[in-house]
Amino acid sequence: MSLRLRLFLILALATGAIWFSAVIWIEHSTRAQVTRVLDARLAEAARMVSSLLSDRRIAMAGDGAPVAIPLDPHGDYAHQLSCQIWSLQGTLVGQSEGAPQAQLTGDHGTGYSESTVDGETWRVYTVENAALGVRVMVGDSLGVRDRLVSGVIEGLLLPMALILPLLAAALWVSLGRGLAPMHRLAEALRLRSPSDLAPLPAGPVPAEMRPMRAALDDLFARLGKAREAERDFTAFAAHELKTPLAGLRTQAQIARIAPDEATRRRALHNIERSVDRTDRLVRQLLELSAIEREGAAPERVDLALLGAEVCADLAPLAEARGVALVSEIAAGAARSLPASAFLLHAALRNLVENALQASPEGGTVRIWQSGAVLTVEDEGPGIPEALRARACERFVRGTQGGDGSGLGLAIARVAMERLGGRLELPASAGQGQRAEVHLPGA
Amino acid sequence: MRILIVEDDPVLSEGLSVGLGLSGFTADSVATLGDARAALADSAFAGVVLDVMLPDGSGLELLSEIRRGGSELPVLLLTARDQVRDRIAGLDAGADDYLGKPFDLHELAARMRAILRRAEGRAAAVLRWNGLELDPARMCGTLHGAPLSFSRREFAVLHALMERPGQILSKPALEERLYGWQEEIESNTVEVHVHHLRAKLGRGFIETVRGLGYRVAAEG
Repeated sequence: MSLRLRLFLILALATGAIWFSAVIWIEHSTRAQVTRVLDARLAEAARMVSSLLSDRRIAMAGDGAPVAIPLDPHGDYAHQLSCQIWSLQGTLVGQSEGAPQAQLTGDHGTGYSESTVDGETWRVYTVENAALGVRVMVGDSLGVRDRLVSGVIEGLLLPMALILPLLAAALWVSLGRGLAPMHRLAEALRLRSPSDLAPLPAGPVPAEMRPMRAALDDLFARLGKAREAERDFTAFAAHELKTPLAGLRTQAQIARIAPDEATRRRALHNIERSVDRTDRLVRQLLELSAIEREGAAPERVDLALLGAEVCADLAPLAEARGVALVSEIAAGAARSLPASAFLLHAALRNLVENALQASPEGGTVRIWQSGAVLTVEDEGPGIPEALRARACERFVRGTQGGDGSGLGLAIARVAMERLGGRLELPASAGQGQRAEVHLPGA
Repeated sequence: MRILIVEDDPVLSEGLSVGLGLSGFTADSVATLGDARAALADSAFAGVVLDVMLPDGSGLELLSEIRRGGSELPVLLLTARDQVRDRIAGLDAGADDYLGKPFDLHELAARMRAILRRAEGRAAAVLRWNGLELDPARMCGTLHGAPLSFSRREFAVLHALMERPGQILSKPALEERLYGWQEEIESNTVEVHVHHLRAKLGRGFIETVRGLGYRVAAEG
C-alpha cells in the first residue's frame, strides 16, 4: 500500500470517527435539552390549566360529559400536545381536541410519567387539583421529541455528507504535496549514475527526512570508500604484476642475446624463478580476495591438524630452501572459531611461508601453541624496526631483496581481522622473528 | 660507462645489470634508497636507473635529493606506473627520461646512451676523432672507413677517452668505469686493453702521459 493511500485512509478514518462521535454527542445533548425544555412546558401547561380551573372562571360541567377544548392547530407539533381533565373518581371531565380517548397515564400523583396509549408513547405531566377534585394531565408524544432531535442531526449530517468528498479530495491532494520531498528524493536517486557516490544535493529538507538522507549519505560515503579501496587494490595489483613481467621480459631478452652459455642458463633459471614468484603473487592476490569474501559460519578447528596441514603444504618450499619446518602443536588442541577455519589456515600458511623465505639455509622454522596464541618463529634477520609498523601493509616488502610479494603479512593480518583475532609481530632482537596469531576470544 | 641500478625486484635487477652489461655499460645494483644514497656518495656513476616503488620509500625522493644537491647526474626512472600524470610527476621531479615496465632492454640501453650523451653536451650518437668513428649503440667503429670491432672492455676504455678528447684519464678512473663492485680488478688490465687498442688504431692514437694516465692524441 502506498504511503499516500495509507495516510489518506488513516486521516479519513480518524476524521470520520471524530465526526461520528461529535454527532452522537450532539444528539445526546440535543435530546437532553429538548427533554428539559419540553418537560418544563408540559408542567407549565398542566399548572396553567389547573389554575384556570381553580379560578372557577371556567365552569366545570356537572354531568361529567367530556368537554372538548378546541385548540387551533398551528404547525407540525400542534396536535401533539394533549390535555385531559379527569375527576378524581376517574371520569373524563374534558379534553383537548385530538387527545386520545384513553386516559393519558395511569399514574395518579403529581409529576412526570410515561405511558403508551394507542401504540404511541406519551410524556405526561399530571397535576392533582384536590380542591376541585380533578386531575389535569398534559402530555406530548415522544415521537415529536424524536423528530425534533433527528431534525437537528439531519441538519448536521447533510452538510457533512456534502463536505466529505471535498474534504477527501483536499486530503488526497495535500498528502501528495506533503509527500513531494520524498518523490523528489526518489527521483534524484533514480537519476543517479552508479558511479556517483557524492552526498545528496543540499537544500531545505523536512526534519522527518533528515535521518533517511543522512543514512543514505553515510551509505554512499561507505560505498565510495569500499570502491576506492578496491580500485586502489586493483591498480596496485596491476602495477605489482608489471615488475615481474618486466623481469621476465628482460631475462627472456638476455637469454636470446646472451653471448655465452652461462649467461643464457642463468637467464633461463631466472625466468623460471620469476614465473614461480609471479604465480605466487597471483595466488596470494586471489587468496586475499577470497578472505575478504569468506563467510562467517562458525567452525571448530583442530590446531594440531592445521599445523600439520600447513607443514605438509610447505614442505617442498622448506626442502628447496634447506630449512627445517616443525609444528610443535600438541595433538587434540582444538578451538571453536567464529568464522571459517580457512581464514586461520591462510594466515598460518602465509606466516610460515614468510618465515621460510626469511630463514637462512640450515635454519629451523617452528610453530607452537600456547593457549590462544599460535607462534611462528624463524631464524632470519628479523623485520627491521623501521619497517615493522608498515610490514603488514600490502606490497610492503623486506629490504633484503628476497622473493616476497609483499602480500604474505597483509593476508595474515586481514585473515585474522576477519576472524576477530589479531596478528602481532614482536620486536626482533636481530636473531629470528616471531609472528603471533592471537585467536579470537583470548 | 658505470651505471647504478636501484631496483628491489631481484630478478629484474639482475636482468638489468646483465642486460646493460651486454650493451657496454658497467652496472652496479642496489635494492633500497638507503643503499643507493651510500653508493652515490662512495662512487662516481655516469647515470642512474631508478625504480619508483622501493621498500623504504619512493625513488622520486632520491631523485629530488640528487637535484637539490645540485647534481646533474642523468637519471632514468623505471616504474610500473606509466600513466601520463605519473610520467609528468617523474619528469618534473628532475628525471631525464622515463620508462614504463615492462620494457625492451635495447630501448633502455638506447635511452641511457641518449641521456648520457646529452649530459655530456653532445647530440650526435657517434663519436668522431682523428678519422675514428665510434658507435656506442653497436660497440663498434670505423677507422678511415674501415670497420673495426672491440671487446666490451676495450670499447669501454676507448669510449671513456673519446668522450672528452684531450682530457687525461688516470688508470684508477678507467678501472672504476670498467669494473662493478662484484668484479675483481685484475692488475695491468688497463695496460692490456690499451695495448690491444693501439694494435687496432695505430700506435699514436692513444698517448700515455707519464705518471698521470692516458688520453687520445690531438687531431692532425
